[in-house]
Amino acid sequence: MLLSVSLTLLEGLVVTLELFALTLLFALPLGLVISFGSMSRCTPLRAVVKTIVWIIRGTPLMLQIMVVFYGPGLMFDLPLLPRFTAAVVTFVINYACYFSEIYRGGIQGVPVGQREAGLVLGMTRSQIFFKVTLIQVIKRIVPPMGNEFITLVKDTALVRVISVYEIIWMGESYIKKGMIWPLFYTAVFYLAISGILTLLLNWFERKMDYFK
Amino acid sequence: MPILDVQNIEKHFGATRVLEDISFSLEQGQALAIIGSSGSGKTTLLRCLNFLETPNQGKILVNGETLFDADDPATQRESEVRKKRLHFGLVFQSFNLFPQYTALENVTLAPQLLVQERPDYKQNKKSLLEEIQREGRELLGKMGLSDRADHYPHQLSGGQQQRVAIARALALKPDILCFDEPTSALDPELTGEVLKVIRALAQQKTTMIIVTHEMAFARDVADQVIFMDEGVIVEQGPARQVIEAPREERTRQFLSRYSEN
Repeated sequence: MLLSVSLTLLEGLVVTLELFALTLLFALPLGLVISFGSMSRCTPLRAVVKTIVWIIRGTPLMLQIMVVFYGPGLMFDLPLLPRFTAAVVTFVINYACYFSEIYRGGIQGVPVGQREAGLVLGMTRSQIFFKVTLIQVIKRIVPPMGNEFITLVKDTALVRVISVYEIIWMGESYIKKGMIWPLFYTAVFYLAISGILTLLLNWFERKMDYFK
Repeated sequence: MPILDVQNIEKHFGATRVLEDISFSLEQGQALAIIGSSGSGKTTLLRCLNFLETPNQGKILVNGETLFDADDPATQRESEVRKKRLHFGLVFQSFNLFPQYTALENVTLAPQLLVQERPDYKQNKKSLLEEIQREGRELLGKMGLSDRADHYPHQLSGGQQQRVAIARALALKPDILCFDEPTSALDPELTGEVLKVIRALAQQKTTMIIVTHEMAFARDVADQVIFMDEGVIVEQGPARQVIEAPREERTRQFLSRYSEN
């Protein structure tokens, strides 16, 4: 029994992990683009970006999932996105906005003197960004990013509201058969993933310890 | 012809006038010290020379070539400014070493990036990079830091960090090396080692501009001294004369406050 439940839950876990990985894959770079927008010298652009970030961070992710999945059909008579695609799109937008604020903090936290030292040494803007600033930003943002990664693992459970068959959905399906423990058992999988993530993040933080 | 000719530089931040009608020149191989109280515009002047600030008025000429002219926007294009900066080196008060690089890497990073722009880089890559490494080690040696080449900045004392920063500035062979209060962020017992290095550079006839609060050092090392107050040059002349026998009342007041401290 335990084995067959485990195998079913693992099926859901694959979906959970796919959503997790795809969100990171797209949201990490998109967040950087958004952070540049929110630091732009062009005031209208900055205002637009900041408003979007405010809306996305200011409303529940669960609501956003439903809006992205049902919204286009209900409001504009468009065909529905596949459930999993809708989930990925929502997560990418949502997490990119959170990431953008972390990037912004990291970038603005690098002392101005670093940029100026690069300029005085005849470096171009992109050389300064890639050779001087970037790794200092990465070092700074590892702890807050780690938090977001672990939150993301658990947030994936929200997609059950549009019936994406992730691990919680799978666990819940046993209730109809009169079994509650598979649902509770899902916690073990979440703990395992966040445990692995924590170890990876600690390792990376130590790797970055060679400079201060 | 002077190596540096600064003509009527003016700089304001909003309504605050930071620099007013600053003119001076500097001969090859000479050291110029700029003294004055905090907020007198010394640092802003150095930042203007290094194109970190854009003056509102005036001209800057190096070896007779106009590097900056407030009336000529063509001299202010970013692509050209980058090259022009290389006439000047700047050593910051707060060192600003790159923390993720070792002492040697701090010194060699900019030369390595610049050498890539040479047309013969592809053919001679290996020998060019080796040469940069060799020069970097040699410079650190001159700074008395041969055994610290592979240390990261956080493993070095303030005085050592500042000496790495000096080597880093020298690595690009600037025409004029500028120092912005190079010892102000150091513990008193560490200022000596940095001043010693600057003194040695002066003896080797490095053209330098040194913003400093060390009056005795300015007197002994500099050929010329400029005293600035509230954004203007109050007095300029031979170092010994300005510091030991100032002509202007304001200079006298400033120096007497210094000797009291």
